[in-house]
Amino acid sequence: MRPIEKEKIQEKIDSFAKKEVFIHMETSTGSYIGVQNPDNIPACAYIRNEIIQFTEGKIVENEAWYSVGLKIKNGWIYVEGLTDWEMYDKDTLLLGGHDTEGNLKIGLQLSHRPFVCGE
Amino acid sequence: MNERVLAIYPHPDDETIGKAGTLINHVKNGDEVTLICATMGQMGRKMGKPFFANRETLTAIRKKELLDACEAIGIRDVRMWMMQDKTLQFREKSFLADKVQAVMDEVKPTLVYSYYPEYGVHPDHDALSDATILAINRLPRKERPVFLGSVISREGQDELGAPDIINDVSHVVHEKIKALQAHRSQTEHWLVAVTDPSISVQERKELLEKQSQEQFWIYRHKNI
Ligand SMILES: [Zn+2]
Repeated sequence: MRPIEKEKIQEKIDSFAKKEVFIHMETSTGSYIGVQNPDNIPACAYIRNEIIQFTEGKIVENEAWYSVGLKIKNGWIYVEGLTDWEMYDKDTLLLGGHDTEGNLKIGLQLSHRPFVCGE
Repeated sequence: MNERVLAIYPHPDDETIGKAGTLINHVKNGDEVTLICATMGQMGRKMGKPFFANRETLTAIRKKELLDACEAIGIRDVRMWMMQDKTLQFREKSFLADKVQAVMDEVKPTLVYSYYPEYGVHPDHDALSDATILAINRLPRKERPVFLGSVISREGQDELGAPDIINDVSHVVHEKIKALQAHRSQTEHWLVAVTDPSISVQERKELLEKQSQEQFWIYRHKNI
């Protein structure tokens, strides 16, 4: 992945609008966060291969990171903390937020085909 | 008599971190070693430092890393279940135990390596070790393999006390380092100390010394 290029990503987001698309979203502190300090409770979540349709979507620059909001029929999809992006397998949009150690902290991905998933 | 070893872990790198030296010794002794790797660790957050993997390439990258590590260790029999990372805790315990049992029936292990139940920290570790104990307890007492567990949690170390087995693997530590290096996406950030010329001799020595000891706790079967 490479640093966010806002205009290019906006174009890609637009290309997914008003269609049924597969979404992958995630955020993670890592499961081992409590080993050093038991007061740290992990906070990790992902959703992989839900089908969504959004009418409008936008990428916005915050401080050193970017956010994406997608307006869906019954609500919103919101992601904050994106730093990097890549087009994978030609037309799959990968957006991620990495910390200084290279760990993926947050991710938003849109695809026209299901993402590969373990059993 | 040679042992038949079955190592049962949920993620690529579990077989190497804290265990590769011991498994290398088994291979060198002529013991048969089989590895079960239940998931591909495909939801891991480490993507390399600097990152070179992404969520979609991570599966293939970690699969290759696992096979390379197994080659460094000398494990030829690898069973990859390709289950989804982080989801083992949501499966029926008996479902996981059945899968473990099918492999046990085949390889008839005398030694089983896994995480120590409840003390593996990661939910996948604990779900799989728990199911492994269930599978072992289904066997008649005299056919049960010895279960050697790894403990990650501090609580586990406090409650279990000193490890039952401390293996000195210093004579194979360089082979172990190769296995660790194979898991590049997960280990490179701290393994640079082995190769980085700017790291002091003392620091490198300490890293190798730390990697030269592996410890295990023997599971005490409850009376079933
Ligand atoms: Zn693991």
